Amino acid sequence: MDLINISIPNAAFTALLGYLVVFLGLVLLMIVVMLQGKLMAPKKKAEQAAPAPAEVKAASAPAKEKAPGTAGELKLYDTDPKDAAMIMAIVADTLGKPLNELRFLSIKEIKEDSDK
Amino acid sequence: MDILGTVQKLAMESGFAAFVLTDGGWKNLVMILIAFVLLYLGIAKKFEPLLLCGIAFGCLLSNLSYFIGMGENAMYHPELWSAFLDQTSPYYHSYGHIMAHAGLLDFFYIGVKAGIYPSLIFMGVGAMTDFGPLLSNPKSLLLGAAAQLGVFVAFFGAVLLGFTGPQAASIGIIGGADGPTAIFLTTKLAPELLGPIAIAAYSYMALIPMIQPPIMKLMTTEKMRVVKMEQTREVSKAEKIIFPVLVATFVILLLPSTAPLIGCLMLGNLFRECGVTDRLSDTAQNALMNIVTNFLATSVGATMVAQNFLNFNTIKIIVLGLIAFAISTTGGLIGGLVMYKTSGGRINPLIGSAGVSAVPMAARVSQDVGRRYNKSNFLLMHAMGPNVAGVIGSAIAAGFLLSVFGG
Repeated sequence: MDLINISIPNAAFTALLGYLVVFLGLVLLMIVVMLQGKLMAPKKKAEQAAPAPAEVKAASAPAKEKAPGTAGELKLYDTDPKDAAMIMAIVADTLGKPLNELRFLSIKEIKEDSDK
Repeated sequence: MDILGTVQKLAMESGFAAFVLTDGGWKNLVMILIAFVLLYLGIAKKFEPLLLCGIAFGCLLSNLSYFIGMGENAMYHPELWSAFLDQTSPYYHSYGHIMAHAGLLDFFYIGVKAGIYPSLIFMGVGAMTDFGPLLSNPKSLLLGAAAQLGVFVAFFGAVLLGFTGPQAASIGIIGGADGPTAIFLTTKLAPELLGPIAIAAYSYMALIPMIQPPIMKLMTTEKMRVVKMEQTREVSKAEKIIFPVLVATFVILLLPSTAPLIGCLMLGNLFRECGVTDRLSDTAQNALMNIVTNFLATSVGATMVAQNFLNFNTIKIIVLGLIAFAISTTGGLIGGLVMYKTSGGRINPLIGSAGVSAVPMAARVSQDVGRRYNKSNFLLMHAMGPNVAGVIGSAIAAGFLLSVFGG
């Protein structure tokens, strides 16, 4: 097959084959990732079922009382607490709902790529 | 001392005289104007400014300093690289010949030609990328695959328009919406088209917020657009650490030609996730990325010498690039629609368009369009899965094309 001056039928075949290869590669990868997830999941369940000794110790100590009306702990990843407060206020304002009716689980900065 | 003769010599050697006196010197003027337009787009309109400013200035420098027959002061010498690629030339693949006669931008370009910069950029991208959304919903890999449709349709279209196989493959990869991958593949297969392909790829990526929404609206109903997706499962640290090792092993064994891109992408991600190489992760995503971006952008811009750029092929590439982007978006949305149907309406098809790579811009567009129809909808994290899957998908597409046409 002349790949430089490729004929139209050959180009059509190459295009179809290429698309199939991309699909095949990512389907296989999906299966591998799913298997990985399945293998890790029981481990997590087991960890949850049997808490570590350190956790048992911690549990015996009186837990710090949460503030009244709190929705739990907010996790911040690469985010300044002041920025997080601002983001929560903006979200509440945009949605038109008071902050105490919303629950934020985590706030994470998505870094800007410089190439794409 | 012959003062008049010296002044005359200086005048004749100046670039101003070269615009008029050299063969095709006027074309350099046109390219300088194009460089000004690109600078305007990068600075005033903020179209991918980190790349476009460097590309535009590289284009400006090479067209200010290179005129046919007056190459001794040039910063970039296209004839050196032509000899480098010509199998009949005594300087075929001779870096020594390049080094002996190179201008500054020729030295920079060696990093592009050897595939070093795109791979290092991929390392930075890997260090910046959180694959958690993909791990929590592995099916989003299918959307990353579906959105590579434009790559192969544009490849076929380019063959129909008379491009050679390797050139068509390089044009097609614009549809992957991934700048470093496009540069990597084009440098290997059709370096003579690097300038227009890089410009098309980065320009369209900057225009994603304008290109994608009309297609998204056309392909989906309002009922589909308002679908709220359930929160994805939490991903453990161990899963995130194993993932880059797993992907590198699996994908490189499957398609060895993807090794430089996938290898560096996953190495960067391992730096990020393993928890013991924070300094390396920080360097890869900041200092290294910025340094490489400088060299990559200016040297890619330098390839836009008038003699290579000002021809009808450039217009064809710009048009094919737009078609590739639009069809890739459509492919991703078709994948999204299939998932919407098969999941009983639980998956919002708008996340499919994020499969075109272009991290994180395409995911933001899914989020913005979704929120336009349902103010309480947050699709961003759901769209990040297909988005990062698109990076892997476009690298696999490039690897396939390199295997077929790379000789």
